[in-house]
Amino acid sequence: MGTDTPGIPIAGGIEAGLDRTRPHGTRGTYLEVVHSWVVTVDHKKLGILYISYALIFLVVAGVEALLIRIQLSIPHNTFVSAASFNRLFTMHGTTMVFLVGMPILFGFGNYLIPLMIGARDMAFPRLNAFSFWISAFAGILLYYSFIGGVGLSGTGSAPDVAWFAYAPLTERAFSPGHTVDYWAVSLIASGIGSIGTAINILATVFCMRCKGMTLMRIPLLPWLYAVVSFLVLVAVSPLTAAQAMLMIDRYLGGHFFDTQAGGSAILWAHFFWIFGHPEVYVLVLPAFAFANEIIPVFSRKAIFGYSAMVAASVCIAFISLGVWAHHMFTIGMTSFGNAFFTLSTMLVSIPTGIKTFNWLATIWGGKIRFETPMLFSIAFIFQFVIAGLTGIMLSISAWNWQTHNSYFVVAHFHYVLVGAIVFMIFAALYYWYPKMTGRMLDEHLGKWHFWLMVIGFHITFDTMHIPGLLGMPRQIYTYEPDRGWATLNMVISVGGFIQGIAVLIFVYNLVHSYFRGETAGADPWDAWTLEWSIPSPPPAYNFAADPVVSSRRPLWDLKHPEDQDAPYE
Amino acid sequence: MKSRVPLRDLVAAAGILNSCAAWAATPSTSTFSHASTPAREVNDLSFFVLTISAGIFLGVSVLLVYALFRYRARPGDTTEPPQVFGSVQIELAWTIIPILIIVMLFLGTARVLFSVQDARKPASAVDVTVVGHQFWWEFHYPQYNVVTANELHVPVSSAASPRPTFMKLTSADVIHSFWVPQLAGKTDLLPNRVNEMWIDPQSTGLYVGQCAQFCGTQHAKMLLRVYVDSPEGFQQWIAQQQKAQAEITADTQSSASTPINERDGQTVFEQQACINCHTVAGTVANGRFGPDLTHLMSRATLAAGATPNTPENLRAWIDDPTIFKPGSLMPAMHLTGRQNDQITAYLLTLK
Repeated sequence: MGTDTPGIPIAGGIEAGLDRTRPHGTRGTYLEVVHSWVVTVDHKKLGILYISYALIFLVVAGVEALLIRIQLSIPHNTFVSAASFNRLFTMHGTTMVFLVGMPILFGFGNYLIPLMIGARDMAFPRLNAFSFWISAFAGILLYYSFIGGVGLSGTGSAPDVAWFAYAPLTERAFSPGHTVDYWAVSLIASGIGSIGTAINILATVFCMRCKGMTLMRIPLLPWLYAVVSFLVLVAVSPLTAAQAMLMIDRYLGGHFFDTQAGGSAILWAHFFWIFGHPEVYVLVLPAFAFANEIIPVFSRKAIFGYSAMVAASVCIAFISLGVWAHHMFTIGMTSFGNAFFTLSTMLVSIPTGIKTFNWLATIWGGKIRFETPMLFSIAFIFQFVIAGLTGIMLSISAWNWQTHNSYFVVAHFHYVLVGAIVFMIFAALYYWYPKMTGRMLDEHLGKWHFWLMVIGFHITFDTMHIPGLLGMPRQIYTYEPDRGWATLNMVISVGGFIQGIAVLIFVYNLVHSYFRGETAGADPWDAWTLEWSIPSPPPAYNFAADPVVSSRRPLWDLKHPEDQDAPYE
Repeated sequence: MKSRVPLRDLVAAAGILNSCAAWAATPSTSTFSHASTPAREVNDLSFFVLTISAGIFLGVSVLLVYALFRYRARPGDTTEPPQVFGSVQIELAWTIIPILIIVMLFLGTARVLFSVQDARKPASAVDVTVVGHQFWWEFHYPQYNVVTANELHVPVSSAASPRPTFMKLTSADVIHSFWVPQLAGKTDLLPNRVNEMWIDPQSTGLYVGQCAQFCGTQHAKMLLRVYVDSPEGFQQWIAQQQKAQAEITADTQSSASTPINERDGQTVFEQQACINCHTVAGTVANGRFGPDLTHLMSRATLAAGATPNTPENLRAWIDDPTIFKPGSLMPAMHLTGRQNDQITAYLLTLK
């Protein structure tokens, strides 16, 4: 393929001056603007809707986290009641996973995949709009529960059964009222949206690629999103099925999980975790995808071991479908069952290790530019290594008998969800915000955001491992003063507030830069994938003419006609 | 795996964690201050794993920090570095080395896993059946025909005369989890199912823990106390618990001017709804929904460890359980102050 000469067919070119940042206030009345966003089937607008929706819920769930931290900062605190506390942590977990994690990752997928594979939209634009609006409905429904029942001060009918909602606590005998109904129905709705988006992404990545983009030339981000979509299809379906069974139990006299009528509590645990563990990879693989795009650009080197990265991602997806019972080491499995899930869980560390070492090798020998997206990515690598190691510790089933359901687990999964995923979401926002809005995020505020976030994160989540090892279980609204957990909890809470300040700075940066930010131009980072070949923000049709590529880095080829990539791939 | 003590010295984290444990006033809930074989074996395994993990973390961090420093972009340099696309040999190396580490970790885990989980029960073992309730613990000793709540008494066990306690765990309502970190890892209590675990505490004293599976409003105050008694102390405790209480005949002469006494207290206790849920062996009270009160005053705490068992707390608890434990399934019975005093007087006799 080395004879192809790329360049001309890439619509728009990379020449400067193609900035089409629109003058604000010249696009019709407010009503017309709102209308255009509500009826849109444009993947870019839907992507931005997903991301905005998720950022709003990120702030909401962050506030819930801070309320939790105030309550736990001193023993025997009475800041919130036991019942309210249980609602807060249930809503915090459910929101962060279903209304922040999934939507924001789908938002980036929606926005970037067609641009990176040289397509003009997703394969099914109307399904795309449907998926977003049903997910948005799920979020509104879940939060409507705060207004029901005893109202906001007692936090209404908000779910209070923990985010994994173990049966039989969710059965009507133990959860009368509608708390569980809000939870189950809104998760069914968001599950339908997720499945719709997964089908859409799979069809887009495999059917809509531009000329010349063979499977092994797809940029890693769309590749990893295809893997994620496969996982969503396989993993979200059991969750939706389990929610339907739960509703049958509650309202149609079923006994799937109703232990008082002979149902099985363990059955729910199996259903939930066969969803719940792949879900972790549904959330973390997009974070890997961002790292795969950002780290090479800021190291000025091609990703090391592209095919190993693809293979490792596919491996992670398959192995992750066989590890779910490591959430159930204390539930009374046989010793052979425990041994099996110990080994299968440890196996995940091999492909994830390959990824980490490949990022390291990409940095190695590069010329590293420390701009905000790269700072977040570097912190991500450090934190992900630690999260992976505590993951191995938790997979040791015998040790897990001690650490399970303790703050050690809480620290571990926040290391993954915040230290890896949220950090990479921030990196991705700094990296692609110029493409989406035509303006750069403020670099000075970005550094403040980064350093406060890193400091707050480590104060909170490094410390949080210790009370777990000192016997503090999760999901308790208060604790005894004589257990030696009080100082540690105060430290954790202080770190939480530092992260809160960091996020406030970030929100200010998002709004401020939208109006006042420096103009970005088409290619502010000197990057190599197709989205940087078109103006920022891109026109509705994306590419004026269908692009043609001859390697994984079409813009590198364009910028270095003497040093084409194709012979080396 | 044989060099347990030197390994411990190697791990810097261990020192920090153990000193954290020392902050705690006794009794400790640290998973590192083990006092029973299952907890000790897990503890030794955890130091083995921590050592390997610390090694991996240090290795990766040093490489990353070095790379970040060594390969930082120099000001003014606008050239691109040499492009490297990968290397099969290197990829193989960082696939195979982790596989070897995993084999090592898995074998270490399997040894502890099978030795703890599949341990044989000796004939000298004490049997206990644990039943989890929203938000308290029920303990049966089938060998001794004793029932108690929230405070488990077990005999000390030594290498010379092993006397482990083997527990069968189940639940009356939702899932709970039995966790006393110094004695063993946790095991869940599930409705419609019996799980098993064992402990062999090596020294006498009080060990504390709590429910480790979210089970509803008062999950946080489902505390657990295990008293490890000397062999003689345990025999005495069993003998005491086996005694039934006497039914006192109601004093028909009682009137508003009669001083508060336990006789009237028992009458009120048996005429109100108390006996629907509570048992006092030897009397008509045989409810099963709440804790057995036959020897209430032999327990140090009320409401699964929520508060010390003093006469004032007992009276306040009967008056309104939500003071100590909002969400507790015991209702406030709306008794008069006098009835409350009488019931308290009666319960104080249940030694």
